Amino acid sequence: MKRLFKLALQKPELASTLLLVLLVLMFQIRSGAVFLSIDNVRGVLGLLPETALVAVGVTLLMICGEFDLSVGSVFALMPMTMAVLVVAGVPFWLAVFLGLALCAAIGFINGWITIRFDIPSFITTLGMMFMARSMTVVVSGGFPPRIKPGSVPSWIFTGFVDGGGLIRASVLWFLAIAVLVSLLLAKTNFGNWVRATGGFLPAAAAMGIPSGKVKIACFMICSVLAGFAGMIESLRLNSFLPSLGEGMELQAVAAAVIGGTSLSGGIGSIIGGLIGATLIRVIDNGMVMSQIDSNWFKFAIGALTIFAVVGNAWLRRRGRAMQVETDK
Amino acid sequence: MSTPIIETRNLHKWYSGVHALKGVSLKIEKGQALGLVGDNGAGKSTLINILSGLHRQDEGEILLEGQEVDIRNPKDSMRLGIETIYQYNSMVPLMTISRNVFIGREPLKWSIGGFGVLDEKKMREESVKAIADVDLHLRSPDALVGELSGGQRQGVAIARAMHFKSKVMILDEPTNHLSVKETAKVIGFVKGLKEQGVTSVFISHNMHHVFACCDRIVAMALGQVVLDKPVSQTSIEEVSEKL
Repeated sequence: MKRLFKLALQKPELASTLLLVLLVLMFQIRSGAVFLSIDNVRGVLGLLPETALVAVGVTLLMICGEFDLSVGSVFALMPMTMAVLVVAGVPFWLAVFLGLALCAAIGFINGWITIRFDIPSFITTLGMMFMARSMTVVVSGGFPPRIKPGSVPSWIFTGFVDGGGLIRASVLWFLAIAVLVSLLLAKTNFGNWVRATGGFLPAAAAMGIPSGKVKIACFMICSVLAGFAGMIESLRLNSFLPSLGEGMELQAVAAAVIGGTSLSGGIGSIIGGLIGATLIRVIDNGMVMSQIDSNWFKFAIGALTIFAVVGNAWLRRRGRAMQVETDK
Repeated sequence: MSTPIIETRNLHKWYSGVHALKGVSLKIEKGQALGLVGDNGAGKSTLINILSGLHRQDEGEILLEGQEVDIRNPKDSMRLGIETIYQYNSMVPLMTISRNVFIGREPLKWSIGGFGVLDEKKMREESVKAIADVDLHLRSPDALVGELSGGQRQGVAIARAMHFKSKVMILDEPTNHLSVKETAKVIGFVKGLKEQGVTSVFISHNMHHVFACCDRIVAMALGQVVLDKPVSQTSIEEVSEKL
């Protein structure tokens, strides 16, 4: 029993994985086996990478002990900027690069202000959420730009890669990025600094870790991933809307938390964030497929978030209570 | 007399109007175990924070083995061979022992511009060895630091400092919040340092702890040194009176 607890403590994503499997089974039965049909899985897989990429960045940042509410706005700002540039005649790849650079700049500003003035990132990024959303509308000039289908190589990001039309390139992009960020966190010294900074800041500072720079780097990675995800969604829909990604910031936080990431930093895993994001998408789709009134979707996500946080806090308390004696 | 391992000359520090350190000059000899005592606000922590790189002095010099040094941040201090152990033991509870031992100084398999892939095998092996060297026996380097008792954590912190070949070890209230048994263990660690030729500065509120393991007592009050005697020539009563 002790071992089980320890495992659950060290792998907070375990519980959500279990829940995911249960839900998939339930939806499959309730929908009369439509849920796991090719057509439906294609739909879920189309949307998943976009939510999940944002969740990856937010999870990393939360492990570092910070928070980003501006991801939803950055999600819209990046594709809008890129599209306006393309319409103005800038080559596609340069426009993508400039869009991502803008995201990096926003992440840097979020981080720099948070660190320099020692204010909660909740406030910094709340401000940035409004500012970036406003910039998106201003950049578009009120009229969303139109890019002719086929005039940009959007297939690199959203085209189907298999003959059956099941898996889009976005799934591969997302998997590659998720693996990369996971490795960054688990296998590099930078990852060690992220965990130390979020886990116990005074210790990190006393051991000479440049915590401020580490946090700023995480803010930047988070923003760039949110922008990249927004670009994928816009290219998939081939429409560039200023309202894109509204509510995304809280979904991403919910995904991270459901996957076992702690709001206070130091605890969590990228895979947990991914499972959280998958859960959200599965619930969204599964409810429709099971003919449950889809207005309950946000209710379900909200309840799940609270449940996950309460569960994780309980696990951690139990873990502390059973200090394993390691002295011989 | 040989060159002192650390010498401070006329150190001053102001915190927004408060004169926390009023010209502290101190010579610490190699291999000495110095006990630093004083009430809250006496300036002990300020002095220590300057030596460990968390703060900078406003005036005065620090000499290490006769050379003037500029300690701008914790990294500088560690590079000079000064290791500091804090009462909260500067460990991240949710990280493993081996990761904690190497925080900020991770061995890398390869790296680009200071960032790279951790050499986890080396981290495990060396942390096991470092811990065994301070006579602490732990089951596994993969256990979380949060699972250890307070005394064991201080043991790991001391093992870490020893592993990085510290010349001077500063222990800032390492026995706070520890049980009697655990305190005895930490005092044992400090005694062990002397045998290995490491200079130590032991800060504590508790005179008994200081007298148990130090050979020189320095007392501070209101930002100044008010007493500086070998332990054999003073008593707890005399030191208490000065504070």
